[in-house]
Amino acid sequence: MAVEVKVIKKPGRTVAEQVYLPEIAKGLGFAATRFFKNTFGPKAKKEIATVKYPEEKVEYPERFRGIHRLTQRADGSPRCVACLCCSTACPAQCIYIEPAEYDPDDPRYGYERYPSVFTIDELRCIFCGYCVEACPCDAIRMDTGMHMPPSTSREHFLYDKETLLSIPGRDGSYLTANPRHEPGDPTHPGVDRERGH
Amino acid sequence: MSTTFLVVSSLVKVAVILLITVGAFAPVLIWAERRQSAMIQDRLGPSRAAIVLPPSAVTFIDRARLPLWRMAALTGIVAIVALVALTFVAIQGSNPLPISTSALTASLVGFGAASVLLRAGYGVHSVIVRNGGRIMLLGLLHPLADALKFIFKEDFVPPKADKLLFSAGPIIALIPAIAAFAVIPFASTLHWDYLNQVLPRTGEIPGPAIPMQVASINVGILFIFAIASTGIIGAAISGYASDNKYSLLGGIRAASQMVSYEVVLGLTLVPAFMVYASLRLEDMAMWQHEHMWGIFIPPLTLAAINFFVAAVAETKRVPFDLPEGESELVGGYLTEYSGMKFGMFFMGEFVEVVSLAAIASVLFLGGWDVPFLYRDGFEFTLPFVAASYSVPLVHWLVVAIQFVVFLFKIIILIWFQLMIRWSLPRFRYDQLMSLCWKGLLPVSLLNILVVGAFMLSGWFDRWVAFYDSLF
Repeated sequence: MAVEVKVIKKPGRTVAEQVYLPEIAKGLGFAATRFFKNTFGPKAKKEIATVKYPEEKVEYPERFRGIHRLTQRADGSPRCVACLCCSTACPAQCIYIEPAEYDPDDPRYGYERYPSVFTIDELRCIFCGYCVEACPCDAIRMDTGMHMPPSTSREHFLYDKETLLSIPGRDGSYLTANPRHEPGDPTHPGVDRERGH
Repeated sequence: MSTTFLVVSSLVKVAVILLITVGAFAPVLIWAERRQSAMIQDRLGPSRAAIVLPPSAVTFIDRARLPLWRMAALTGIVAIVALVALTFVAIQGSNPLPISTSALTASLVGFGAASVLLRAGYGVHSVIVRNGGRIMLLGLLHPLADALKFIFKEDFVPPKADKLLFSAGPIIALIPAIAAFAVIPFASTLHWDYLNQVLPRTGEIPGPAIPMQVASINVGILFIFAIASTGIIGAAISGYASDNKYSLLGGIRAASQMVSYEVVLGLTLVPAFMVYASLRLEDMAMWQHEHMWGIFIPPLTLAAINFFVAAVAETKRVPFDLPEGESELVGGYLTEYSGMKFGMFFMGEFVEVVSLAAIASVLFLGGWDVPFLYRDGFEFTLPFVAASYSVPLVHWLVVAIQFVVFLFKIIILIWFQLMIRWSLPRFRYDQLMSLCWKGLLPVSLLNILVVGAFMLSGWFDRWVAFYDSLF
């Protein structure tokens, strides 16, 4: 039994394509349409993708990891308890923390510490977000939606505690959405000095 | 006509042409080319170069905005009142108002213009303030920035290059491009003594007549060919003198390409010489003014297309930019050039674009001819209908309209060239040569025969007579 062979003609060029002029006219027509649409067309129909950067800015995506901020408690002190989880997790070793004890008459004394020094070298940071993952207190966040403002000096990129505390999140808040339960609050779930172990 | 008058008018014409080509068209083209390509590709293109005003000036401009707006509104109201009063006078037929009609007209024109200017000033101030004190002018400052960059860049000459030829190359490339404008008529003859009069449509006018071209020479278009072929030497010399193999290859390519297309360029225009029966560009424009644009004569349409293709190849721009072909030859004969020497090549290329547009519009698009505009003003006629409507215009206005329309035609053709430059891919070198020797050359040779037959058979006269009877 003979095999049926279907001969497929090799796609060649038509006469119109060989002459070249109609194809030129087509190409010119296409380019001219775009030109007129983008130059003289109504504003809604323009498809210009360029963003004039300093005047116009594209909003960063919601989960963009910008520069860090330290979140605050309701009284304005840092939520950070200086557990050193973030600086341990940091692969770039850009976080430097010096823990300190609260005053003895502070209700937090004896069960929480606070950072007396909290410095992030933003030039060394690789913006991986591990510090945010590691933080048990939701004290460090990268939800500012900003990148580092440029500067002429390396020292300007060592962000200290006050700087980090002064940067708001993208919603303008210095707090976080997670409520903080201070020692002594009835909502406080864990161990504190009053309730004991 | 005194010699002084002749010299002064010639100098003025040369200055105007230099101002238009080198001063206006070339820089704007550098901007327009990039801007147009950006628009085709959905980008914005060059628009960032800016003159930054100090903050105090911005504050001043911001404060001046409101007074400007108020004055614009006030003058506008006065102009509107004057307009209403004028309408009232026109309806009444007489002027019962305490102000004379001429004063009303003057105040309408004066206050109207002032209002428009003040409002425009308000707009400009608003834009400056919105941009934070940066004057950007749509990116038109980019050519200025380019020029500054070119001037202050190091003028590098390769150590083993031929110093004299290396420096002469850009000059030889730029000068012919500008010189071609010498024979191009920018408008019809200007009769100096009758600027404010309506001239008769036909007949000789006594008194000094200034042809609106620098040199009225009888070889006309042949002068352009001769000058254009000098440009070949510029490219070839710079390729040779650069002491660089890429440059040499580019120079050789440029020379062979331009020599080949020179032949086609001349032969495509032979039909035009046959039809217009003259080599003078002003005679060609006059013939088209009296009869019809060359592009509407069927064989000349083909000649026009051929001429345009050959001329684009002559300017060495995409899709015929093999001498520069950066993917093959780095930069061709431009490789070793930097600073203002490169700038001269660059400018020469753009001036060539302008001169090509000017020549093409004189040869095939009627030059300075404006439809329905004659020496005594507009006369609109319709084919097959005896009705006509005429607007007599003074002489200087007629010449000015012709000049502006000629510039407009040039701009249209330049736009078309830029569209070609950004739409078509580059040819291969053998394709370039076969397009020239196997395509355009036989076609233009045949076209000469066709035009000869067309004219000898009498069909040409009948075609022209039919067209003349229409309008």
